[in-house]
Amino acid sequence: MACCVSDTSATPEPTQGAWPHRCPGTMFARGLKRKSAEDGEDVEGGLAGTQATPSYSLQRQSLLDMSLVKLQLCHMLVEPNLCRSVLIANTVRQIQEEMTQDGTWRVVAPQAAGRAPLDRLVSTEILCRSVREQEGERPAPDVGDGRMPGLVPGLSAVPSAQALRSPQSSLWEVDSSRENRGGFQKSLDQIFETLESKTPGSVEELFSDVDSSYYDLDAVLTGMVGSTQSGHGSGLQAFTSAATPPPGSSCRSDLGELDHAVEILVET
Amino acid sequence: MNEYRADIISTVEFNHTGELLATGDKGGRVVIFQREQESKNQVHRRGEYNVYSTFQSHEPEFDYLKSLEIEEKINKIRWLPQQNAAYFLLSTNDKTVKLWKVSERDKRPEGYNLKDEEGRLRDPATITTLRVPVLRPMDLMVEATPRRVFANAHTYHINSISVNSDYETYMSADDLRINLWNFEITNQSFNIVDIKPANMEELTEVITAAEFHPHHCNSFVYSSSKGTIRLCDMRASALCDRHSKFFEEPEDPSNRSFFSEIISSISDVKFSHSGRYIMTRDYLTVKVWDLNMENRPIETYQVHDYLRSKLCSLYENDCIFDKFECVWNGSDSVIMTGSYNNFFRMFDRNTKRDVTLEASRENSKPRAILKPRKVCVGGKRRKDEISVDSLDFSKKILHTAWHPSENIIAVAATNNLYIFQDKVN
Repeated sequence: MACCVSDTSATPEPTQGAWPHRCPGTMFARGLKRKSAEDGEDVEGGLAGTQATPSYSLQRQSLLDMSLVKLQLCHMLVEPNLCRSVLIANTVRQIQEEMTQDGTWRVVAPQAAGRAPLDRLVSTEILCRSVREQEGERPAPDVGDGRMPGLVPGLSAVPSAQALRSPQSSLWEVDSSRENRGGFQKSLDQIFETLESKTPGSVEELFSDVDSSYYDLDAVLTGMVGSTQSGHGSGLQAFTSAATPPPGSSCRSDLGELDHAVEILVET
Repeated sequence: MNEYRADIISTVEFNHTGELLATGDKGGRVVIFQREQESKNQVHRRGEYNVYSTFQSHEPEFDYLKSLEIEEKINKIRWLPQQNAAYFLLSTNDKTVKLWKVSERDKRPEGYNLKDEEGRLRDPATITTLRVPVLRPMDLMVEATPRRVFANAHTYHINSISVNSDYETYMSADDLRINLWNFEITNQSFNIVDIKPANMEELTEVITAAEFHPHHCNSFVYSSSKGTIRLCDMRASALCDRHSKFFEEPEDPSNRSFFSEIISSISDVKFSHSGRYIMTRDYLTVKVWDLNMENRPIETYQVHDYLRSKLCSLYENDCIFDKFECVWNGSDSVIMTGSYNNFFRMFDRNTKRDVTLEASRENSKPRAILKPRKVCVGGKRRKDEISVDSLDFSKKILHTAWHPSENIIAVAATNNLYIFQDKVN
């Protein structure tokens, strides 16, 4: 599975709107430094600090993962705290918006009806391939399992050609992004519907398919292996493992006492 | 410390005279403390609070439709002003509000004709004389009886109740709606605020707290998870979806992060006793607003700004969602709120001085003077200071109360209640 945490190696754009949000220093624990010009071709010129550098992307991704897990864990025995869920969902939306602007938004679509998992694998593979092409690497015609060869060349031809010419954002548009973005939005909406009228199993539906590949990668990054598939029954246990801080360097120095506090908190 | 213990205090409230102090806990119990009468012999010894009454207010329930438990935890207690010998209070869990009557019984009737002293019926044939029963003193008994149950009016979790200054109505607020009740009527309530979107997918903001104006029975405020406060006038329309005033502080762009919205969410809103100001608590600050100025607060106090760089960790362990309350003192000159590590903070609005105190057994022997505490944010830590990384985030003071006229405060630290008074001489 290729690494899909892609950089915006695209043209740096001025920060848009009222969103001077490139402040990982405030967002995460102190002591974490953004990568600077040593990124080389990934980051351009003086606007390096305002773009999604690899470490910032990783942090942001980690925050997104954490948030999605938190939403999932809402469904315990007692009705979830709506305020908390709304705040987490809003955070997820913010990240999603920013990643969309960056062009780093991956396809994280829960199954639309009848959509085969392979489609998702294929499309993420394409995203990655396009990134590599942008960076000047020779794309390997690796279509993954190769089970649906017809799909891949059709999809790949247009995006990769365009990607060479235009920033990643247009690739996003070509890659039927609306549907995928809508898919994620739909998953957020489903969360609220399940909060409204809880249907057993809906949470698993929501995330089960996404998780298997999505979290494989991030499990490595965030150490949340196995914590997301617990579903209803082991709500507390899952909470414990999710609350265990990820091995990311950023927060570790500050979590010494918090580890202890969290253990105390979730002890039953 | 196990967070799921039933005796964790979830609300604290003095009554209007300060004679009584009520606490509610996670197990649905209410404990009322009463202040001792000051004895003539020890004039300088202030009255202490002793347990007056204990009763089970709410029981756990199960919502069969949603397959979810309804917690019995008491979210709020509010006293009614005293109108006769009995005391009345409202207590609520997530779904149901109850009106409790707490009354004393210190006499009992004796000398019935048809019953003997144990209450057994007497054979009428044995009764040869009649007597009038008399009331004789007995040991004081305090009984609590539920007088009204206001149920089935809230789909979402009740976060606030507030008694109106007309003493005939009160409101209950959940995440999306606020209902107005008459104390005498339990089978219906008026919905006065409804922010539920037609499509739940569009939900981005919830109600976090609500309170009636202390003097104007038509006015109330409610706060939101986006850091806004709305003042509503019930005379304007039946459904107060349109506010009279809208209080919001513009965002500080230099502090913007993914956590900005979460930390701006208001966890408590309180009118001053004068009715001229409102105080709000968000995650890092307490703010005082003048009702006549909507675009920004008139005062902002930093409760624990050293946590600003820890927001990611606090988000991870869910502490960032902790809902701290805030209170005014009787003269509206000092405000108080809680923090972590069993610390609580007081801010003097006039002198602009603030103090951090700790509620813990080790530091609080009876009649000992509380020592101010300090959190060290970096660099060299002095002897008495505690560093940010050593703070215990499981020890949070969410609920505090201030006596209506004297300098007596009640501080709930998990399952312990601390009562502090001004030093005498």
